[in-house]
Amino acid sequence: MSQTTTAPTPAKSASLTRFLPSLSGMGAKLPGMAKSAGITLASMLLFLLVWQLSATYLYNVEAKSRIDRVMTEQGAAEAEKMKACIASGDISCKPNTLPSPSEVVKASSLLLADHRVISADKAAFKAKTAAVNAQRKAQGLDLITYTGRPSFVDQIFTSLKTVAVGFLIALFIAVPIGIIIGLNENLRTAFNWFIQVFKPVSPVVWLLLVFMIVKTLTLGSDSDTSFLISAVSVGLCSMWATLVNTSVGVSSVNQDYLNVAKVLKLGIGKKIFKVILPSAIPLIFTGLRITVSVAWMVLIAIELLAQSPGLGSFVWEEFQNGANDSNAKIIVAMFVIGFIGFLLDRVMYYIQQSVSFEKALA
Amino acid sequence: MSQNPNSSLRDVVLNMRDLTKIYPTPKGDYVVLEDLQLQIMKEEFVSIIGHSGCGKTTLLTMIAGLNDISGGDILLNEFPVSGPGPDRGVIFQSPSLLPWMTALENVLLGVKQVFPQASKKELKDICAYYLDKVGLGNAMDKRATDLSQGMQQRVGIARAFALRPKILLLDEPFGMLDSLTKAELQDVLLEIWDKEKITAIQITHDVDEAIFLADRVIMMTSGPRAQIGDILDIGFERPRARKEILNHPDYYTYRKHLIDFLEH
Repeated sequence: MSQTTTAPTPAKSASLTRFLPSLSGMGAKLPGMAKSAGITLASMLLFLLVWQLSATYLYNVEAKSRIDRVMTEQGAAEAEKMKACIASGDISCKPNTLPSPSEVVKASSLLLADHRVISADKAAFKAKTAAVNAQRKAQGLDLITYTGRPSFVDQIFTSLKTVAVGFLIALFIAVPIGIIIGLNENLRTAFNWFIQVFKPVSPVVWLLLVFMIVKTLTLGSDSDTSFLISAVSVGLCSMWATLVNTSVGVSSVNQDYLNVAKVLKLGIGKKIFKVILPSAIPLIFTGLRITVSVAWMVLIAIELLAQSPGLGSFVWEEFQNGANDSNAKIIVAMFVIGFIGFLLDRVMYYIQQSVSFEKALA
Repeated sequence: MSQNPNSSLRDVVLNMRDLTKIYPTPKGDYVVLEDLQLQIMKEEFVSIIGHSGCGKTTLLTMIAGLNDISGGDILLNEFPVSGPGPDRGVIFQSPSLLPWMTALENVLLGVKQVFPQASKKELKDICAYYLDKVGLGNAMDKRATDLSQGMQQRVGIARAFALRPKILLLDEPFGMLDSLTKAELQDVLLEIWDKEKITAIQITHDVDEAIFLADRVIMMTSGPRAQIGDILDIGFERPRARKEILNHPDYYTYRKHLIDFLEH
């Protein structure tokens, strides 16, 4: 997305400032922004067009194959009927393929409507059980909780919660270990094989490993472990970038800064906190930014497999469910996932900018 | 070899005896310096000049304690040097400021080390005094990254002086600056040095800089096994003004002497 904020072209800004002398400060920026916004918009339209065309094409292929099949199996009369049915757009014979943009927009409004219904349901449930729950609380009993189906929006928040916990796990494992092995060359050597071997392991395998361990550790307790399993797996999958970047950042501090620390005879604590860590901050945050994107990416796959609630299981359930608008809902989820991933990266970028003495790459 | 006429009357601050530096290489030992003898007197400003790779910087980093001594020893006020320490202030070739700190914090970091018992205000006053002396009174709270190269090196000068070191080591401090900034900073350095009179050793490539700043210019022969080739006493009175020195008849004699040595 960095292309959308390219520098203004000097020639254009000059011509504009001639007409708008009082707005020269703004004028210098505007044409460039307008240009890049225009390019972005045009490419989005092109994307929609290609999407629409391929959806239509796939729809026709699917429709034709249905008619052909009916033709060979049941004869021409039935085939005519099928053709008419498909043309009428009836749900019973609708070809099931890549949904068109308009179907996706429709599905997204359906999902929102569904969310409103469920929220109203929840509110009603809460009002209904308020008195009972107050009583149960006084008696020290477990509260009655809403056990209905979560809405799409609820799934988004569940996923965000899982990724946040997974990210924190990664942060609290990778940064301290990264600092420690960054400071000591022998430890770095000792850890090297470990990192090299485990870094490329697929999220699926991590999930199974975590499952094995958590299952045993939580033997006897009846609490729901799927959230814990997916959060820990997300953390383990995504921490490697931070681990490697932190140890590289700590171990490759500019020799000039280390000489300053030596000449000033800084103690070990001061040396670490005043010189080594601040100098490693840009790399640490680059690692954390990668960790967030990886965490969000593997989260969907892990939720899908672990059957823990969230966007991943939403996608999987819709796929299994096979209703006529399931495909459109999956595409809605795809856009939501992509957009949230983009937002998370922006957030990390701004945090990186604010804490680091170097300018990060957009 | 000419000797400083007053050397017997003044104290020797830094004494290098039979100083040797050997870098082991796969093809055998590379001898950078061999049996080098050099005395630096109290309140003296010495420039060391020589071709690239002759071992000037090696010599300076050994005095600073950043580089191991292979043979012989270096005595600072009669005590042998081992390891770095703030009693030898270093102004590096690159300003080497910590970029995440302000100018003031950069100076403060060292001053805190040297005066651990001083109060916060006293520490800050020391830093502010030296930053003011190098002309950064108004830029103390600027981040190091927001300062120009010349300004950063001014902070480097302030940082070194604020430590009140026994000896000041300057490793081509102005080598990376353009000639105008260079002259400006030489003036700043001389002005503050005239007040503090901290014994100083400066490495330089620049003949004019060596003459303008130093009481003695030490010429090193090219390596390997670099030696002190010649020593030139600069007789100009202090405080020095650039204009007067450039018009001084001796200036060109000194200059010719140095260039003859370097081109030989």
